[in-house]
Amino acid sequence: MGINDILVEMKGITKAFPGVLANDQVNLTVRAGEIHALLGENGAGKSTLMSILTGLYRYDQGELAVHGKKVNFNSPRDAIAEGIGMVHQHFKLVSTFTVTENVAMGSDSWGAILKLDQIEKKLAAFSMEYGLQIDPKAKVWQLSIGEQQRVEIVKLLFRGADILILDEPTAVLTPQEANDLYIVLRKMADEGKGVIVITHKMQEVIEHADMVTVMRGGKSVATVPKDYTDETELARLMVGRELDLVHKIETGAPGEVILQLQEITAVSDRGHKALKDVNLIVRAGEIMGIAGVAGNGQRELAEVITGLRPISAGQITINKVDMTNRQPLDIIKAGVAHIPEDRHNTGLVPNLDAYENILLKHYLDKDFRKGPFILWSALSQYTQTLINKFDIKLSVPEAPVKAMSGGNLQKLLLAREISMEPNLIIAVYPVRGLDIGAIQAVRGLLMEARREGKGVLLISEELDELFLLADRLAVLHEGELMGVLEVEKTDIEEVGLMMAGKKGVKGCA
Amino acid sequence: MRLITLEKRMSPIPMAGMVIPVISIALALLAGGVFLALSGKNPLEIYFTLFQSAFGSSYGFSETVVKAIPLALCALGVSLAFRVQLWNIGAEGQFYMGAMAATWVALTYPEGSRWVVLPAMFLAAAMAGGLWGLLPAIPRAFWKVNETITTLMLNYIAIFWVDFLIYGPWKDPNGYNFPLTAPFELGATLPSFGTSRVHYGLILALIAALLVYIILKYTVWGYQLKVVGESQRAAKYAGMSIVKTILLVMLISGALAGIAGMTEVAGITQRLQQGLSPGYGYSAIIIAWLARLNPWAILLVSFLFGGLLSGGFSLQSMGLPAASVYMLQGLILFFILGGEIFNSYRLKWIGGRS
Repeated sequence: MGINDILVEMKGITKAFPGVLANDQVNLTVRAGEIHALLGENGAGKSTLMSILTGLYRYDQGELAVHGKKVNFNSPRDAIAEGIGMVHQHFKLVSTFTVTENVAMGSDSWGAILKLDQIEKKLAAFSMEYGLQIDPKAKVWQLSIGEQQRVEIVKLLFRGADILILDEPTAVLTPQEANDLYIVLRKMADEGKGVIVITHKMQEVIEHADMVTVMRGGKSVATVPKDYTDETELARLMVGRELDLVHKIETGAPGEVILQLQEITAVSDRGHKALKDVNLIVRAGEIMGIAGVAGNGQRELAEVITGLRPISAGQITINKVDMTNRQPLDIIKAGVAHIPEDRHNTGLVPNLDAYENILLKHYLDKDFRKGPFILWSALSQYTQTLINKFDIKLSVPEAPVKAMSGGNLQKLLLAREISMEPNLIIAVYPVRGLDIGAIQAVRGLLMEARREGKGVLLISEELDELFLLADRLAVLHEGELMGVLEVEKTDIEEVGLMMAGKKGVKGCA
Repeated sequence: MRLITLEKRMSPIPMAGMVIPVISIALALLAGGVFLALSGKNPLEIYFTLFQSAFGSSYGFSETVVKAIPLALCALGVSLAFRVQLWNIGAEGQFYMGAMAATWVALTYPEGSRWVVLPAMFLAAAMAGGLWGLLPAIPRAFWKVNETITTLMLNYIAIFWVDFLIYGPWKDPNGYNFPLTAPFELGATLPSFGTSRVHYGLILALIAALLVYIILKYTVWGYQLKVVGESQRAAKYAGMSIVKTILLVMLISGALAGIAGMTEVAGITQRLQQGLSPGYGYSAIIIAWLARLNPWAILLVSFLFGGLLSGGFSLQSMGLPAASVYMLQGLILFFILGGEIFNSYRLKWIGGRS
């Protein structure tokens, strides 16, 4: 296959799941010899698109041609036969097996008798060719993450893959390992293979990719050669909608400091530094917006404030009381409401009914318990009041809430949190996945909270939402605060630059 | 080529709680019947005899209740742990530790009156069983050590510890060298109803079921169990302590099995002896699953399993090993677990698409 031949051509690919249009008329062309970055936020449809390419899903409409042949794969096996291979974020290796055994496992062309020494020889050849250094006799559990990734890549080469897909390959790597990886990927591209890298890191795209396809909301919004774009434009393509129609309805009247973060450092689940020396203040009567491409420390920030994640350095002060590394219950008692990112399994319990879900933040309240017993009658009255006041639509409160629509679930969650009389509300992607009506209701509730003098920390991926609601904006990039901006005195250009990793010049915390 | 596929159910089947266990039991009896037929017996005749001797006479009936008492107490215990997805399969060991602690009280204070000794035995048994449940809960709560393995292993330690006592220091000097302790004095025995062997442990089992029901339905702690069992992330979010919940649940779970051990030594054997439990702690696991962790259903299923055990002895007179009953129990669990999937999935015929 010569350089520049088209390996993969996707035209108008559409894939719907119940209630969600995951891919909407997506176009993607990958040529031999290029590293093609697929850029987009979580939920933009990247994974669905790649699942179609690797045979996990069938597309509903559109056209997919691989090596010039029209296909709609029935199973991953069909995709492998067409030379498509994928390295997943979570490696699919048997950790107690050796490298050779793992590679042998992925290929079925060896007959009944396993000739491990032959595989070893071939492995050595690959190592030479691509600079993929791995000890074939090492057990996988002994290898570093970077080495394990190399094993995954070798597995694909073994199967004769010439279209390689890597899902967030550098998320788990050190910067040095990431560089080594791209050297290998470049060699493979030079051999005439096509490499697709799924990522949301713009810097990486600019440094290593040849072509970029940006996805947003299930659509492919642009395909551009790397040389004709920059990080700011990419950031805007990823997150930005048209901002002309934004009118600020009202602004806050900031009062006393409610929340103060000083030099906060915290570690992610994977052991990386997710937050680095973050300084932030939220005042009563203001909405502080947190902007940034998803995955840059937003989730960890919310967890740190609500006591769900310990911090390794720094100090958290709520209402002038030191709350560093306190339990979630202490934070709740201190008057912090939390609208978590995952409303289905964290903020609410899907199999419990509406009463029980309201009880989630009230089970210790004297109003709803007498000694060890729950006052069910008081609770059901209170729940009814909330249902009426917040206009929550449900069949009966006794039914498990998983039957409710997304918008009504979020209203139930907000009703509970706002009615707790908090002085600080942490709202994480509060409108994600909601329809227009529910979005307006949720935004209205946040503005009302501000009017009542509550402090609101709003983490959002919608820049227009932040410009509409927030009084001040802080931008997170790779766990660092790029700066704090007055919304009135900034524009999307500046925020876009900061989201791409440029430190703010104007504002400071 | 696949002809049948599993498809996710949009809504649960009505009465799933009843239909699936009943069909599972029927299939288990059918599969068991094949084995019985292979061993040259008539399965229908065997099942009839089993039923007849378990429920058909007042003696059989009372023996069934006698077996149901420890089964129900152990099953109530494990059901609490199962509710928060702690797989406590150590009820057997917790039962033995309870029996041992009760025996220690009975042997140490032989002169005491029933009003003092029995409550002391009860408390000692609950504490010993509870601690035996707490032991594996500690590594589980703090370091996520798999409790399935540790609770199982602790069973052997408990059983062999009791063996050591009854072969050694606690052996009855007048017992002709049999592995058992001296018989309890009257003050350490549970009274029975009339002339039957059905002892007051029955009342304890009924009270325990009532308490479990009240806890789950009406108390804040029961609510916390529900939340932790459904979603640990939501529980943490709501400020509940997972560690505390795990420790407390396992303590109570073990305590209930320990109490079962006490009622068995004080009500039935009136001494500690080898083979005190014919696997009550293991049958309790099956019972709890069959009853879908509902305390009232546990009482009912315990009664049925009690019948299986008491009727099982009659099988020996028909030339079958008593262990056939355990084969049936195993088959029932097998089909129950297999049937679980039909709660959320259904079979769909997709025809001969290749």
